[in-house]
Amino acid sequence: MEPTSESSNAGVQEVVPLEQLMQKVAEHKGCGTSGAGGKASCGSSAGQGDLAPEIWEKVKNHPCYSEEAHHHYARMHVAVAPACNIQCNYCNRKYDCANESRPGVVSEKLTPEQAAKKVLAVASTIPQMTVLGIAGPGDPLANPEKTFKTFELIAKTAPDIKLCLSTNGLALPDHVDTIKSFNVDHVTITINMIDPEVGQHIYPWIFWKHKRVTGKDAARILTERQLEGLEMLTAAGILCKVNSVMIPGINDRHLVEVNKAVKSRGAFLHNIMPLISAPEHGTVFGLNGQRGPSAQELKALQDSCEGEMNMMRHCRQCRADAVGLLGEDRSAEFTTEKIMEMDVQYDAEGRKVYQQQVEQERQATVAAKEAELADLMSEFSNIKILIAVATKGHGRVNEHFGHAQEFQIYEVSTAGSKFVGHRRVDLYCQGGYGEEDTLPTVIRAINDCVAVFVAKIGGCPKDSLKAAGIDPVDKYAHEFIEQSAVRYFKEYLGKVKSGEIVHAARGDADIRQGAYIAA
Amino acid sequence: MAYKIINSQCTACAACEPECPNNAIREKDGTFIIKPEKCTECIGYFDDPQCVAVCPVENTCIIDKAYLRYQATA
Repeated sequence: MEPTSESSNAGVQEVVPLEQLMQKVAEHKGCGTSGAGGKASCGSSAGQGDLAPEIWEKVKNHPCYSEEAHHHYARMHVAVAPACNIQCNYCNRKYDCANESRPGVVSEKLTPEQAAKKVLAVASTIPQMTVLGIAGPGDPLANPEKTFKTFELIAKTAPDIKLCLSTNGLALPDHVDTIKSFNVDHVTITINMIDPEVGQHIYPWIFWKHKRVTGKDAARILTERQLEGLEMLTAAGILCKVNSVMIPGINDRHLVEVNKAVKSRGAFLHNIMPLISAPEHGTVFGLNGQRGPSAQELKALQDSCEGEMNMMRHCRQCRADAVGLLGEDRSAEFTTEKIMEMDVQYDAEGRKVYQQQVEQERQATVAAKEAELADLMSEFSNIKILIAVATKGHGRVNEHFGHAQEFQIYEVSTAGSKFVGHRRVDLYCQGGYGEEDTLPTVIRAINDCVAVFVAKIGGCPKDSLKAAGIDPVDKYAHEFIEQSAVRYFKEYLGKVKSGEIVHAARGDADIRQGAYIAA
Repeated sequence: MAYKIINSQCTACAACEPECPNNAIREKDGTFIIKPEKCTECIGYFDDPQCVAVCPVENTCIIDKAYLRYQATA
């Protein structure tokens, strides 16, 4: 796959006849202008978008399914399911798995009873915690007793918390009825292939009917079970998201086929994640030098699938024991030792009040963006730019450049703004001083962006960013991100028109290796 | 003979425990052990020893030569 995507270059074509441009606009069904409202509609990422109302109702408070919700709502995973029934080449069971939410063997494992207490403790401390997921560290459905016992205990004590699970799908068809009976309304299946020819390079073996099955046979059984499970979930009315790990040279092109296959079977959201691979992970891919995709390769694949279905771009590939908002991890506050000492009072009413406030805040964010978009609709330009944003959440530009551990990436065009991804970086500022060594890696991570929005930034990194062609912008401190992005874009267009600046293509950017884990 | 689990390799994932047809596997001090007097190497139950087939770490469940080979009683 070519590293530069069509969309990222779309803005640099010299002259495009107006008819041709209008034709393009008319054909663009994905994230462009959608009817009279003029709002960017990118499925989950920009809000309700083109999701059916009943699906939106289910996902709007779910940080892992709705990009908008992830600014406002928190989730937690409990590591109650250590066993697994397949082997993946991007996973070494002895260490943290960077790709599939799995903490290593040194991490705590919880009994269902400990997990239930932890959920109550977290929900009482973090009122925006709305979702409890079981994602491992192995496969939840290879540990059905532990997984379902945990759900049972939580459903009894905290019935307002949504339950979800994430599985490789091998055992899924056997458990759909039980999943339904526990009112689990969200299931994620990791589907990396639908062709055994491809699958044999990803899965060395599966454990199936008391045998270790290898090669293409293993991949064939796995894909049949995954797709059967997906169809059964759809028939049972359980929302299903599909995760895929993008492995350049192995399944990158094939994932377009996977996207079609899962869409036709009723998956409502597809999350294509980059392979995270380094020798120190001790995985087959890490040791044989299999690389992960670049930021633009990932975006190009996500963009090419976007017309087919809703794509998810805010996944942080967080661990099976993560706690808090996506992009932050508060798991260290809730170790088994600490929660067992806590006297937990579950305040259902207080949580409800808090969540109502969150909902109002969210509506204000959307209203501000819509207002800003109103007069952009009359503009015609094929320029698209990417903006990196330092944020602590709540949809605002509210993080210092030096304190940012990740930047959110927004793409802005005359069709509006949309969230297209995030880039993790090493902390630039430590103990009040900028680390000059880390600045180049930060710049490489956001190198495809025209500007970076921050709440505050020092003089030195400011100059380095400018030298790299990235505009450091602190004038939108504490403002709404998307409203500011659209405002910036209008100014940008104005400057291009007046000849003050020349719009040029930006290069590619790096995806940082390593899982999102607490320090 | 019986199978044994190399302690330093065991990730304590517990995948083997429910697969054992003899209930010979249990957790001890954070990892899992096989009771050799209960282990039949799965002879008479399955073609492959289940702990070996399901274990995610290669060469972790191995033959313990300290024990005589299991003789299936006819």
